[in-house]
Amino acid sequence: MTTTPPTQDLDHSAADLLPPDPTQPQGQLPRTAPLIVGVAAVAAGALVGLILGSGLAVMVVLAWAVYAVAYPTWSAAVENRRKATDRLVTVLVWTAFGLAMIPLVSLILTVVIKGSRAISWHFLTSDQTGRALIEGTGGIFHALVGSMMVTVIAAVIAIPIGVLTAVWLVEYGKGSRLASVITFLVDVMTGIPSIVAGLFALAFFQIVLSDPLPRLAIGGGVALSLLMIPTVIRSVEEMLKLVPDDLREASYALGVPKWRTIVKVVLPTAVAGIVTGVTLSIARVAGETAPLLLIVGTAYTTNWNPFDGALATLPTFIYSALARTGNPQYGAAWSDQVWGAALVLIVIVMTLNVVARVIGAVFAPKAGR
Amino acid sequence: MSLALGTVPDPDTEADQAVDKEADMAKSIDVSDVNIYYGDFLAVEGVNMTIKARSVTAFIGPSGCGKSTFLRSLNRMHEVIPGARVEGKIVVDGQDLYEPGVDPVTVRRQIGMVFQRPNPFPTMSIYENVLAGMRLNAKKMSKSDADGIVERSLRGANLWNEVKDRLDKPGAGLSGGQQQRLCIARAIAVQPDVLLMDEPCSALDPISTSAIEDLIHELKTEFTIVIVTHNMQQAARVSDETGFFNLKATGEPGHLVEFNPTSKMFANPDDPATEAYISGRFG
Repeated sequence: MTTTPPTQDLDHSAADLLPPDPTQPQGQLPRTAPLIVGVAAVAAGALVGLILGSGLAVMVVLAWAVYAVAYPTWSAAVENRRKATDRLVTVLVWTAFGLAMIPLVSLILTVVIKGSRAISWHFLTSDQTGRALIEGTGGIFHALVGSMMVTVIAAVIAIPIGVLTAVWLVEYGKGSRLASVITFLVDVMTGIPSIVAGLFALAFFQIVLSDPLPRLAIGGGVALSLLMIPTVIRSVEEMLKLVPDDLREASYALGVPKWRTIVKVVLPTAVAGIVTGVTLSIARVAGETAPLLLIVGTAYTTNWNPFDGALATLPTFIYSALARTGNPQYGAAWSDQVWGAALVLIVIVMTLNVVARVIGAVFAPKAGR
Repeated sequence: MSLALGTVPDPDTEADQAVDKEADMAKSIDVSDVNIYYGDFLAVEGVNMTIKARSVTAFIGPSGCGKSTFLRSLNRMHEVIPGARVEGKIVVDGQDLYEPGVDPVTVRRQIGMVFQRPNPFPTMSIYENVLAGMRLNAKKMSKSDADGIVERSLRGANLWNEVKDRLDKPGAGLSGGQQQRLCIARAIAVQPDVLLMDEPCSALDPISTSAIEDLIHELKTEFTIVIVTHNMQQAARVSDETGFFNLKATGEPGHLVEFNPTSKMFANPDDPATEAYISGRFG
């Protein structure tokens, strides 16, 4: 224990009330300090870069290094060590944030810029029938239909199984040996590589249909549902666990049977989280490629029949169109198509994410007055 | 049944009303040789008592002595916990609650419960919370009947004047004391015979506690009330009879030490352990 007052561990208002610690400088950097140092650092980086004749990247790194050293040093000189450390860590945290944002921003910008060239009404509403082999000026309608069909089939299979399994795990099987076995298997399932799910669907329909190379949308739905089920189970399970036991007991104490308690109290209380989790799991499988290549193949025409025939989905369309971008005559046109389809896929997934958040906010229990 | 809840009962007619009500409301409870287990662990041992109709019975005792466990066994809420079970007889209105073939759901419809922490349903409005006992059981009723039940129950819980203008607002938006009175309104809306209260005031401030205690006084004209409390002053204030639970020793099951009228319990208890606990010389 020291006998000096612990000035530097208190916040400003409290520190102001205490006598100043003579061992610590008591200055304060101006509020515009980050800006001043920033301008100086950019100038220094640019100057050194020009003198050395180096490129923009080197200048940026130099400017960052100058900033990361100068800003805390200035603070240490004027203020005290604690504030200098605080400012140094602030710089590092912002740096890490910026680095993490670079790939995201770069990806979105690239896709939007390159993809928006391809987007047109024609692109969204026509398929590749007839044009595919000669010029590559078709659209992605067949892939939109295929993606929608496969995803809906997967959701129809996975959501009831996932939600009911989670309800059983939380409400009925809690603590039993079977429940822990199922939880373990669900965890294992979460880690299944998507290609294996595709292989399973392929093998399954080879046996069921006695067809050496089955191509059907249902198969794609089965493969994707295998990937969806564990995520649905885990997210719904977590949401159901968040429902306080108090509410279940309140319902039981009113003479409400257990199944009604689950249907009318537990599920409505957790519905916001459940819908969000389910929507995010749909968004996750909407971008799957590998299992779909195995079981639904690729196609150029729109296939509305989920029980028979190959069809294209957005990811598999991107994959197959990419192979044609090397064509000396039509490569550029195919390249546009690839970026356009990628943009549409990103927009769909982002929309699903936004929808999930909106639904979560709408259904959340309100505590307003 | 015309229960003039909310209006101040005339002392002269109150007794007459009580006789009328005796036929269908407010049952007494006979408990004999009840042992309560969590799995293999015997939590409460050998309880015998008779809880009188239309009175307030309080259970006091140190933490972990099994008074809440015993209370929860009175409406078969104890067995909600996996592995929990009850031996012995708890007879309400000639019917043993633990006889094979008795449906716990039916028992809980007749014996309502208010919990330690206020637990209104967060997805429901104040109005829907009061009607939860009917709505959750999909009972059909007309709008005017529903309105009547809501008003009568909220008046019965002394909450009507505070919430009548915002019945469609979420129940979770009320203060803690109001939420607890909402939970009481919800419990009395289904017209139970008995109302169990598990430390209903322990999460509330003194003003809200006082409101709930006044309410308990009013409710006992119609319901048999059993209340668990850590607060001996509260037991002395609200109850007609008191049961003192204690542990024989750490790790031993809890048991009923003494069960007597509250006035005798706090003035001249039979058992020296009761006196030690009540006077603060516990141990």
